Amino acid sequence: MAKRSAPEVNAGSMADIAFLLLIFFLVTTTIEKDKGLLRSLPPIDDTEVEPPVIKQKNLFTVNINRNNQLLVEEEELPITELRQAAIDFLDNGGGTNPAGQSCDYCKGEGSSESSDHPDKAIISMKHDRETTYEKYMEVQNELVAAYNYLREREAARLYKKYYPNSDKVFTAMLEEKEKNQYSKDEVLNERIETVKKLFPMKLSEAEPDKN
Amino acid sequence: MSKFRKKEKGEMPAISTASLPDIVFMLLFFFMVATVMRDSSLMIENALPSADQVEQLKKDRTIFIYAGKPSSQYKQFGEEPRIQFNDAFITVEDVQPSIYQGISEMNEELQSKVVVGLKVDKNTNAGLVSDIKQELRKANALKVMYIANTKLEQ
Repeated sequence: MAKRSAPEVNAGSMADIAFLLLIFFLVTTTIEKDKGLLRSLPPIDDTEVEPPVIKQKNLFTVNINRNNQLLVEEEELPITELRQAAIDFLDNGGGTNPAGQSCDYCKGEGSSESSDHPDKAIISMKHDRETTYEKYMEVQNELVAAYNYLREREAARLYKKYYPNSDKVFTAMLEEKEKNQYSKDEVLNERIETVKKLFPMKLSEAEPDKN
Repeated sequence: MSKFRKKEKGEMPAISTASLPDIVFMLLFFFMVATVMRDSSLMIENALPSADQVEQLKKDRTIFIYAGKPSSQYKQFGEEPRIQFNDAFITVEDVQPSIYQGISEMNEELQSKVVVGLKVDKNTNAGLVSDIKQELRKANALKVMYIANTKLEQ
Protein backbone atom coordinates (compact mmCIF):
# COMPACT_ATOMS: atom_id res chain seq x y z
CA MET A 1 0.00 0.00 0.00
CA ALA A 2 1.32 3.35 -0.84
CA LYS A 3 2.20 5.45 2.10
CA ARG A 4 0.24 8.63 2.00
CA SER A 5 2.50 11.47 2.76
CA ALA A 6 1.21 14.47 4.63
CA PRO A 7 0.66 17.35 2.28
CA GLU A 8 3.27 20.03 2.73
CA VAL A 9 2.06 23.22 4.29
CA ASN A 10 2.62 26.12 2.02
CA ALA A 11 4.89 28.51 3.84
CA GLY A 12 4.99 31.06 1.10
CA SER A 13 2.72 33.50 2.90
CA MET A 14 4.79 33.40 6.07
CA ALA A 15 6.89 36.29 4.87
CA ASP A 16 3.78 38.36 4.23
CA ILE A 17 2.44 37.75 7.69
CA ALA A 18 5.77 38.59 9.24
CA PHE A 19 5.98 41.76 7.17
CA LEU A 20 2.59 42.81 8.33
CA LEU A 21 3.59 42.44 11.97
CA LEU A 22 6.89 44.14 11.29
CA ILE A 23 5.19 47.15 9.78
CA PHE A 24 2.79 47.33 12.70
CA PHE A 25 5.63 47.47 15.21
CA LEU A 26 7.60 49.89 13.06
CA VAL A 27 4.69 52.27 13.09
CA THR A 28 3.90 52.00 16.79
CA THR A 29 7.49 52.28 18.00
CA THR A 30 8.39 55.60 19.48
CA ILE A 31 11.89 55.69 20.72
CA GLU A 32 11.36 58.40 23.26
CA LYS A 33 14.14 60.38 24.76
CA ASP A 34 12.93 62.74 27.41
CA LYS A 35 15.11 65.58 28.49
CA GLY A 36 14.68 68.22 31.09
CA LEU A 37 16.05 70.41 33.82
CA LEU A 38 17.11 68.42 36.85
CA ARG A 39 16.59 70.25 40.12
CA SER A 40 16.53 69.23 43.75
CA LEU A 41 13.85 70.36 46.14
CA PRO A 42 14.77 71.34 49.67
CA PRO A 43 13.72 68.81 52.31
CA ILE A 44 11.02 69.87 54.74
CA ASP A 45 12.62 71.38 57.77
CA ASP A 46 10.55 71.37 60.95
CA THR A 47 13.26 72.55 63.27
CA GLU A 48 12.67 75.94 64.75
CA VAL A 49 16.09 77.29 64.09
CA GLU A 50 16.33 80.93 63.27
CA PRO A 51 17.57 81.14 59.67
CA PRO A 52 20.90 82.89 59.35
CA VAL A 53 20.77 86.48 58.28
CA ILE A 54 21.83 86.92 54.69
CA LYS A 55 23.20 90.22 53.59
CA GLN A 56 21.16 91.91 50.93
CA LYS A 57 24.16 92.15 48.63
CA ASN A 58 24.57 88.36 48.64
CA LEU A 59 21.01 87.88 47.54
CA PHE A 60 19.90 88.09 43.94
CA THR A 61 16.15 88.30 43.86
CA VAL A 62 14.15 87.34 40.82
CA ASN A 63 10.42 87.95 40.88
CA ILE A 64 7.92 87.04 38.21
CA ASN A 65 4.52 88.64 38.46
CA ARG A 66 1.20 87.40 37.18
CA ASN A 67 1.67 89.19 33.87
CA ASN A 68 4.92 87.30 33.32
CA GLN A 69 7.03 90.38 33.90
CA LEU A 70 10.40 90.00 35.44
CA LEU A 71 11.65 92.01 38.39
CA VAL A 72 15.33 91.47 39.10
CA GLU A 73 16.89 93.25 42.08
CA GLU A 74 13.91 95.62 42.21
CA GLU A 75 14.26 96.59 38.57
CA GLU A 76 12.40 95.42 35.56
CA LEU A 77 14.61 93.40 33.24
CA PRO A 78 13.98 91.67 29.92
CA ILE A 79 14.58 87.93 30.05
CA THR A 80 17.37 88.15 27.50
CA GLU A 81 19.52 90.05 29.98
CA LEU A 82 18.82 87.81 32.95
CA ARG A 83 21.57 85.33 32.22
CA GLN A 84 24.28 87.98 32.06
CA ALA A 85 22.95 89.69 35.18
CA ALA A 86 23.08 86.40 37.09
CA ILE A 87 26.59 85.67 35.84
CA ASP A 88 27.76 89.13 36.90
CA PHE A 89 26.26 88.62 40.32
CA LEU A 90 27.73 85.17 40.93
CA ASP A 91 31.11 86.03 39.50
CA ASN A 92 31.52 89.31 41.35
CA GLY A 93 33.81 88.13 44.13
CA GLY A 94 33.79 91.35 46.12
CA GLY A 95 34.73 89.83 49.46
CA THR A 96 35.56 86.57 51.19
CA ASN A 97 33.75 83.29 51.75
CA PRO A 98 32.84 82.06 55.26
CA ALA A 99 36.33 80.54 55.56
CA GLY A 100 37.86 83.94 54.93
CA GLN A 101 39.26 83.22 51.47
CA SER A 102 38.73 85.68 48.69
CA CYS A 103 37.56 84.46 45.32
CA ASP A 104 40.74 84.26 43.27
CA TYR A 105 39.05 82.69 40.25
CA CYS A 106 36.25 85.19 39.94
CA LYS A 107 36.50 87.47 36.95
CA GLY A 108 33.80 89.92 37.96
CA GLU A 109 34.08 93.55 38.93
CA GLY A 110 34.69 92.89 42.60
CA SER A 111 32.14 95.52 43.47
CA SER A 112 31.27 95.90 47.13
CA GLU A 113 27.61 96.29 46.19
CA SER A 114 27.29 92.79 44.80
CA SER A 115 28.02 89.29 46.10
CA ASP A 116 31.04 88.54 48.30
CA HIS A 117 31.89 85.08 47.08
CA PRO A 118 30.20 82.35 44.99
CA ASP A 119 29.89 80.32 48.21
CA LYS A 120 27.72 83.02 49.70
CA ALA A 121 25.83 84.15 46.64
CA ILE A 122 22.24 83.01 46.66
CA ILE A 123 19.72 83.43 43.89
CA SER A 124 16.24 83.70 45.27
CA MET A 125 13.35 83.25 42.94
CA LYS A 126 9.72 83.93 43.57
CA HIS A 127 6.75 83.73 41.31
CA ASP A 128 3.06 84.40 41.45
CA ARG A 129 0.48 81.62 41.32
CA GLU A 130 -0.77 83.02 38.05
CA THR A 131 2.60 83.02 36.33
CA THR A 132 2.60 80.65 33.39
CA TYR A 133 4.74 77.57 33.59
CA GLU A 134 6.41 78.52 30.33
CA LYS A 135 7.77 81.74 31.77
CA TYR A 136 8.79 79.98 34.94
CA MET A 137 10.78 77.45 32.93
CA GLU A 138 12.41 80.18 30.87
CA VAL A 139 13.64 81.88 34.01
CA GLN A 140 14.82 78.61 35.55
CA ASN A 141 16.61 77.83 32.35
CA GLU A 142 18.42 81.17 32.28
CA LEU A 143 19.53 80.82 35.90
CA VAL A 144 20.78 77.27 35.40
CA ALA A 145 22.51 78.50 32.26
CA ALA A 146 24.37 81.11 34.30
CA TYR A 147 25.72 78.44 36.64
CA ASN A 148 26.58 76.16 33.75
CA TYR A 149 28.43 78.95 31.98
CA LEU A 150 30.60 79.65 35.01
CA ARG A 151 31.25 75.98 35.70
CA GLU A 152 32.14 75.48 32.08
CA ARG A 153 34.63 78.32 32.32
CA GLU A 154 36.26 76.94 35.46
CA ALA A 155 36.39 73.42 34.06
CA ALA A 156 38.13 74.77 30.97
CA ARG A 157 40.63 76.62 33.13
CA LEU A 158 41.47 73.60 35.28
CA TYR A 159 41.06 70.57 33.06
CA LYS A 160 41.33 71.75 29.48
CA LYS A 161 44.55 69.78 29.12
CA TYR A 162 42.69 66.48 29.53
CA TYR A 163 40.06 67.38 26.97
CA PRO A 164 41.94 69.34 24.34
CA ASN A 165 39.41 68.72 21.60
CA SER A 166 36.20 69.74 23.27
CA ASP A 167 34.78 73.24 23.58
CA LYS A 168 32.75 72.36 26.61
CA VAL A 169 34.98 70.69 29.13
CA PHE A 170 32.40 70.34 31.89
CA THR A 171 29.86 68.77 29.54
CA ALA A 172 32.55 66.42 28.27
CA MET A 173 33.36 65.39 31.83
CA LEU A 174 29.73 64.72 32.66
CA GLU A 175 29.31 62.72 29.48
CA GLU A 176 32.32 60.63 30.32
CA LYS A 177 30.93 59.97 33.75
CA GLU A 178 27.64 58.91 32.20
CA LYS A 179 29.43 56.56 29.83
CA ASN A 180 31.37 54.85 32.59
CA GLN A 181 28.56 54.74 35.10
CA TYR A 182 29.24 51.13 35.98
CA SER A 183 32.94 51.58 36.62
CA LYS A 184 33.43 54.42 39.04
CA ASP A 185 36.22 56.76 38.11
CA GLU A 186 37.32 58.43 41.32
CA VAL A 187 39.55 61.00 39.68
CA LEU A 188 36.83 62.12 37.31
CA ASN A 189 34.24 62.32 40.07
CA GLU A 190 36.57 64.40 42.14
CA ARG A 191 37.19 66.80 39.28
CA ILE A 192 33.49 67.22 38.71
CA GLU A 193 32.95 67.88 42.39
CA THR A 194 35.77 70.43 42.40
CA VAL A 195 34.17 72.38 39.59
CA LYS A 196 30.75 72.19 41.23
CA LYS A 197 32.19 73.43 44.49
CA LEU A 198 33.70 76.50 42.86
CA PHE A 199 30.21 77.63 41.89
CA PRO A 200 27.78 75.79 44.16
CA MET A 201 24.23 76.01 42.90
CA LYS A 202 22.32 77.99 45.48
CA LEU A 203 19.04 78.62 43.82
CA SER A 204 16.22 78.96 46.27
CA GLU A 205 12.57 79.20 45.44
CA ALA A 206 10.05 80.87 47.66
CA GLU A 207 6.54 79.60 47.73
CA PRO A 208 4.07 81.85 45.98
CA ASP A 209 1.76 83.77 48.26
CA LYS A 210 -1.61 82.22 48.85
CA ASN A 211 -4.36 84.54 47.88
CA MET B 1 22.15 10.13 -24.69
CA SER B 2 24.33 11.57 -22.07
CA LYS B 3 23.64 11.49 -18.44
CA PHE B 4 24.68 15.04 -17.90
CA ARG B 5 22.56 17.35 -19.83
CA LYS B 6 24.18 20.56 -20.70
CA LYS B 7 22.71 23.58 -19.00
CA GLU B 8 20.83 25.89 -21.16
CA LYS B 9 22.83 28.97 -21.58
CA GLY B 10 21.73 32.41 -20.48
CA GLU B 11 19.24 31.35 -17.82
CA MET B 12 19.95 32.70 -14.36
CA PRO B 13 19.14 30.48 -11.41
CA ALA B 14 16.25 31.88 -9.37
CA ILE B 15 17.31 33.53 -6.15
CA SER B 16 16.07 31.55 -3.26
CA THR B 17 13.71 33.55 -1.06
CA ALA B 18 13.43 30.83 1.53
CA SER B 19 15.44 32.80 4.08
CA LEU B 20 13.35 35.91 3.65
CA PRO B 21 10.90 35.00 6.44
CA ASP B 22 13.84 34.44 8.76
CA ILE B 23 15.26 37.85 8.04
CA VAL B 24 11.91 39.51 8.47
CA PHE B 25 11.31 37.67 11.73
CA MET B 26 14.63 38.84 13.00
CA LEU B 27 13.67 42.45 12.33
CA LEU B 28 10.27 41.81 13.80
CA PHE B 29 11.71 40.54 17.05
CA PHE B 30 14.05 43.50 17.25
CA PHE B 31 11.19 45.96 16.99
CA MET B 32 9.01 43.96 19.35
CA VAL B 33 11.71 44.12 21.97
CA ALA B 34 12.57 47.77 21.34
CA THR B 35 8.97 48.96 21.35
CA VAL B 36 7.69 50.62 24.44
CA MET B 37 3.98 50.96 24.36
CA ARG B 38 2.70 54.22 25.74
CA ASP B 39 1.61 53.23 29.18
CA SER B 40 -0.70 56.09 29.89
CA SER B 41 -2.79 57.93 27.39
CA LEU B 42 -2.83 61.63 28.01
CA MET B 43 -6.09 63.19 28.98
CA ILE B 44 -4.65 66.67 29.07
CA GLU B 45 -3.05 69.11 26.71
CA ASN B 46 0.64 68.68 27.01
CA ALA B 47 2.73 71.17 25.09
CA LEU B 48 6.05 71.16 26.87
CA PRO B 49 8.06 74.33 27.40
CA SER B 50 11.49 74.52 25.87
CA ALA B 51 14.87 74.89 27.49
CA ASP B 52 18.47 74.57 26.38
CA GLN B 53 20.25 73.51 29.57
CA VAL B 54 18.69 70.07 29.51
CA GLU B 55 19.98 66.78 30.81
CA GLN B 56 19.13 63.28 29.76
CA LEU B 57 16.44 61.53 31.73
CA LYS B 58 16.91 58.02 33.06
CA LYS B 59 13.66 56.29 32.41
CA ASP B 60 14.06 53.36 34.78
CA ARG B 61 14.02 55.56 37.87
CA THR B 62 11.42 58.08 36.86
CA ILE B 63 7.84 58.55 37.91
CA PHE B 64 5.91 60.79 35.59
CA ILE B 65 3.34 63.30 36.67
CA TYR B 66 1.41 65.18 34.04
CA ALA B 67 -0.44 68.42 34.41
CA GLY B 68 -2.38 70.66 32.12
CA LYS B 69 -5.80 71.58 30.87
CA PRO B 70 -8.09 68.63 30.09
CA SER B 71 -7.96 68.06 26.36
CA SER B 72 -10.97 68.44 24.10
CA GLN B 73 -12.22 64.87 24.59
CA TYR B 74 -12.35 65.39 28.32
CA LYS B 75 -14.23 68.67 28.36
CA GLN B 76 -16.46 67.42 31.17
CA PHE B 77 -13.57 67.90 33.59
CA GLY B 78 -13.66 71.62 33.07
CA GLU B 79 -11.12 74.18 31.97
CA GLU B 80 -8.92 74.32 35.02
CA PRO B 81 -5.54 72.58 34.81
CA ARG B 82 -5.58 69.12 36.35
CA ILE B 83 -2.95 66.65 37.46
CA GLN B 84 -2.75 63.26 35.82
CA PHE B 85 -0.97 60.25 37.20
CA ASN B 86 -0.95 57.01 35.21
CA ASP B 87 -4.44 56.93 33.72
CA ALA B 88 -6.46 59.06 36.05
CA PHE B 89 -6.91 62.62 37.19
CA ILE B 90 -5.80 63.14 40.75
CA THR B 91 -6.05 66.01 43.16
CA VAL B 92 -3.14 67.72 44.82
CA GLU B 93 -3.73 65.71 48.01
CA ASP B 94 -3.43 62.46 46.06
CA VAL B 95 0.04 63.25 44.79
CA GLN B 96 1.77 61.95 47.87
CA PRO B 97 0.15 58.46 47.93
CA SER B 98 0.59 58.20 44.16
CA ILE B 99 4.29 58.84 44.52
CA TYR B 100 4.58 56.18 47.22
CA GLN B 101 2.74 53.79 44.96
CA GLY B 102 5.03 54.61 42.06
CA ILE B 103 8.10 54.10 44.21
CA SER B 104 6.91 50.74 45.51
CA GLU B 105 6.41 49.51 41.95
CA MET B 106 9.99 50.30 41.10
CA ASN B 107 13.12 48.20 41.13
CA GLU B 108 14.41 48.01 44.65
CA GLU B 109 17.90 49.29 44.11
CA LEU B 110 16.58 52.29 42.23
CA GLN B 111 14.04 53.31 44.85
CA SER B 112 16.44 55.62 46.61
CA LYS B 113 17.36 57.34 43.36
CA VAL B 114 13.85 58.14 42.28
CA VAL B 115 13.34 61.15 40.05
CA VAL B 116 9.95 62.67 39.47
CA GLY B 117 9.45 63.80 35.90
CA LEU B 118 7.07 66.70 35.63
CA LYS B 119 5.45 66.96 32.24
CA VAL B 120 3.53 70.15 32.55
CA ASP B 121 1.79 72.07 29.83
CA LYS B 122 3.36 75.44 29.24
CA ASN B 123 0.14 77.35 29.72
CA THR B 124 -0.45 75.98 33.19
CA ASN B 125 -0.23 78.23 36.21
CA ALA B 126 3.06 77.92 38.02
CA GLY B 127 1.01 77.86 41.23
CA LEU B 128 -0.18 74.33 40.46
CA VAL B 129 3.39 73.24 39.88
CA SER B 130 4.47 74.68 43.20
CA ASP B 131 1.59 72.81 44.89
CA ILE B 132 2.86 69.58 43.34
CA LYS B 133 6.38 70.38 44.47
CA GLN B 134 5.17 70.99 47.99
CA GLU B 135 3.55 67.54 47.99
CA LEU B 136 6.72 65.99 46.63
CA ARG B 137 8.68 67.52 49.46
CA LYS B 138 6.24 65.95 51.91
CA ALA B 139 6.68 62.60 50.15
CA ASN B 140 10.43 63.08 50.37
CA ALA B 141 10.88 62.69 46.63
CA LEU B 142 13.25 65.57 46.22
CA LYS B 143 14.71 65.05 42.80
CA VAL B 144 12.60 66.70 40.18
CA MET B 145 13.04 66.93 36.47
CA TYR B 146 11.11 69.55 34.59
CA ILE B 147 10.75 67.85 31.26
CA ALA B 148 11.22 70.19 28.35
CA ASN B 149 11.78 70.20 24.65
CA THR B 150 15.30 70.92 23.61
CA LYS B 151 15.84 74.35 22.27
CA LEU B 152 19.00 74.92 20.32
CA GLU B 153 21.41 77.24 22.01
CA GLN B 154 21.80 80.54 20.32
